[in-house]
Amino acid sequence: MKKPASIQGPSRQAIEAVNLTEVRTIDLGMPTPAIALPREGPDAAALATALVENYPPKALLKRTKHIRVNDPVVIPQIEANSRTIPGMISQRGCCYAGCKGVVLGPITDVVHIVHGPVGCSYYAWMTRRSQADVPEGEGNFLNYAFTTDMTENEIIFGGEKKLAAAIREAYELFHPKAIAVFATCPVGLIGDDVHAVATQMRAELGINVFGFSCEGYKGISQSAGHHIANNGLFTHVVGTENLPAEQKLNPWRVNLLGEYNIGGDGFEMERLFAECGIELVSTFSGNAQYSEIARSQDANLNLVMCHRSISYMAEMMETKYGIPWIKVNFIGADSTAKSLRKIARYFDDPELIARVEVVITAEMAEVEPTRADVRSRVKGKPVMLYVGGSRAHHYQQLFADMGMPVVAAGYEFAHRDDYEGTAVLPTIVTDADSKNIQVLKVKPDPVEYRPRKTPEELAELAAGGLKVGEYEGMMSEMAEGAMVVDDISHYELEKLIEVYQPAVVCSGIKDKYIIEKMGVPCKQLHNYDYGGPYAGFRGAVNFYKEIDRMVNANVWRLVTPPWKASKTSVA
Amino acid sequence: MRKIAIYGKGGIGKSTTTQNTVAGLAEMGRKVMVVGCDPKADSTRLLLGGLSQRSVLDTLRIEGEDVELDDVRTPGFSNTLCVESGGPEPGVGCAGRGIITSINLLESLGAYDDDQGLDYVFYDVLGDVVCGGFAMPIREGKAEEIYIVASGEMMALYAANNICKGVKKFADTGKVRLGGIICNSRNVDNEYDLIDHFARELGTTMIHFVPRDNDVQRAEINRKTVIEWNPTCNQATQYRDLARVIENNDNFVIPKPMETETFERLLIEHGMLDHA
Repeated sequence: MKKPASIQGPSRQAIEAVNLTEVRTIDLGMPTPAIALPREGPDAAALATALVENYPPKALLKRTKHIRVNDPVVIPQIEANSRTIPGMISQRGCCYAGCKGVVLGPITDVVHIVHGPVGCSYYAWMTRRSQADVPEGEGNFLNYAFTTDMTENEIIFGGEKKLAAAIREAYELFHPKAIAVFATCPVGLIGDDVHAVATQMRAELGINVFGFSCEGYKGISQSAGHHIANNGLFTHVVGTENLPAEQKLNPWRVNLLGEYNIGGDGFEMERLFAECGIELVSTFSGNAQYSEIARSQDANLNLVMCHRSISYMAEMMETKYGIPWIKVNFIGADSTAKSLRKIARYFDDPELIARVEVVITAEMAEVEPTRADVRSRVKGKPVMLYVGGSRAHHYQQLFADMGMPVVAAGYEFAHRDDYEGTAVLPTIVTDADSKNIQVLKVKPDPVEYRPRKTPEELAELAAGGLKVGEYEGMMSEMAEGAMVVDDISHYELEKLIEVYQPAVVCSGIKDKYIIEKMGVPCKQLHNYDYGGPYAGFRGAVNFYKEIDRMVNANVWRLVTPPWKASKTSVA
Repeated sequence: MRKIAIYGKGGIGKSTTTQNTVAGLAEMGRKVMVVGCDPKADSTRLLLGGLSQRSVLDTLRIEGEDVELDDVRTPGFSNTLCVESGGPEPGVGCAGRGIITSINLLESLGAYDDDQGLDYVFYDVLGDVVCGGFAMPIREGKAEEIYIVASGEMMALYAANNICKGVKKFADTGKVRLGGIICNSRNVDNEYDLIDHFARELGTTMIHFVPRDNDVQRAEINRKTVIEWNPTCNQATQYRDLARVIENNDNFVIPKPMETETFERLLIEHGMLDHA
């Protein structure tokens, strides 16, 4: 249900009433200013030093480079995407988690077969809470976990035959449009060739079967898996089908890259695009169907949500097909409005510009009462965000809606450009770990390369404040003096919580209960606990209510944990 | 029970030497079990009079958990007991893991128990110690004596030196020791002196020099050890001698593997570069 039938879109009268001249003056280029930190906060520079002072000398030296006191104007250089120091409890996951769990997993009608021992598949089963809403009669395999259940026998004798049998069996049972195969650690160790099996089965079954060498040990975090996933999708899927002619009538055609429909986020964006009249060709990869991704080369703009996990795809599609990309953020009502305006300004069509304004006005009117109400109770309460490779940035805007300052934030597996902006890309030194991950050599497609904008048009957009093919990074939109910590350790996280006493911490399952034992509520932003959607306007309202509930219910502070209770009361 | 592993460069004659020596020990009345640790499963062919039909891993795969010792162990020449680990076809899976699984299974089936009355167990191991799996026989005290088969050819000595590095690693933390170098002659110039010197550099000795003799090939064609095929020929005597040396050996050392420079100097000293 990519375009809900009930959606009428704005009325002609409302569209014509929009003052286009005024809209054109709205600034879309400058970073959104962050909520200033509370005045009574700690000395950040001293805290940065204290955070590492108990480490052994080498670890101290290394970790120091990952910790920066923010300056949004003169952005300090931060170390990122390097090996976690052994012994530190990291939030990071593995390459397989990034490839299958994050990027490929949400595609609804592809059977995802994990070639490996059963646990690799079982523990990645629906944990991301990617949701699906597929058209009647179409395949949806998100509720299933497929694995070859490798045992000692396959380790010794090789698992290729069992993999081929698994692919055949999955095909006979479900007749999917495509089958993806994911290699886990032991597969790489014993040398099973998932690509050869995929090629063989593609010929046998007549459907697309493609493999990913995303063994968990590759790279230094799940980031390697994102890259491998991008390469595989780009090589084996993108451009293998064509968009039907009737869908090409609308020139406002976009792909939404790096949106994984956690808790239904993607549904809200699908709704908004439909309201505005924007044609969503494909999403990478929340609620996506195989054919949509296969036809994504027919879009005219790529919208990048999670820069870290999908920027490779945006760059490769621009080179091969001539599709520019812009960075968007649909987390937070204000940033959603800004992102919609960016899309409209890119297409530079008065009709779309006006429609977007009408939609924003209507949606904001719905959002405002809840925002004002919640804001009155949460304004000024400090927040810490340690999550992922984009959400630590995106959610700052949602907290800004409520007037909550972010005192400390960092990513788990991001690279320097996610912190400092894509402008630093040429200065990033590629280390041996990154060199192990293949970089595809992409050239303009002889037939399908069609630059959607001329260099002059792009220059004009830039002059008007729309940055195409750029991401300004998290730090430019963080408050001065806020603490930025990359690949935070449990120890550092606990220290920061002790010092900042945040009203809420957003992170993931690995930290959640540690944080809550410290009497601080924790919202998981990898999977939203049981909630969502939090994207778009309606999602923002959900999040305001959720944060209001968490921050203003003192449940964690009222309970005396058993280890703090006196001996007599225990007895 | 003495637990012996035979290592050496691929093709150097480990399996042939092992089986012929075992035949000598068996003739002396010793109870010997041979465990082939090579996916080719050809370490017991001469003792069995043909290739083993049931490797441990094949049996495990076919029978599942219901495996008895007699399913994987076959009696061979002169009351020897023969086991082949087996493993995957070339280029597939993990043969090293197979050896680990196989030896663990033999242990749990009681193949090494006192009631088996074994005097010796011999592990005949594939080529170089390429990964953890092939070191299995020298890990955790599964083998306690190592003999390396070598010849006067440079790569054979190079491999032998490498194997000593592996042995040293486990010797430092466990009971395994190097028992000596067995020269399986290729009729290389100065071979005796070279190997003798090489062994002393490693801190051990050349325990026996097995001369090259086509009777070995004749026996092999007949799927027999030399002792079984022609007990009176000279080569049979050679293997009996080797068996006796091993029986009486009490010189067990932690080897001192050579650095590349020392190693090359030794080769030059023994004229390896004379005709280059």
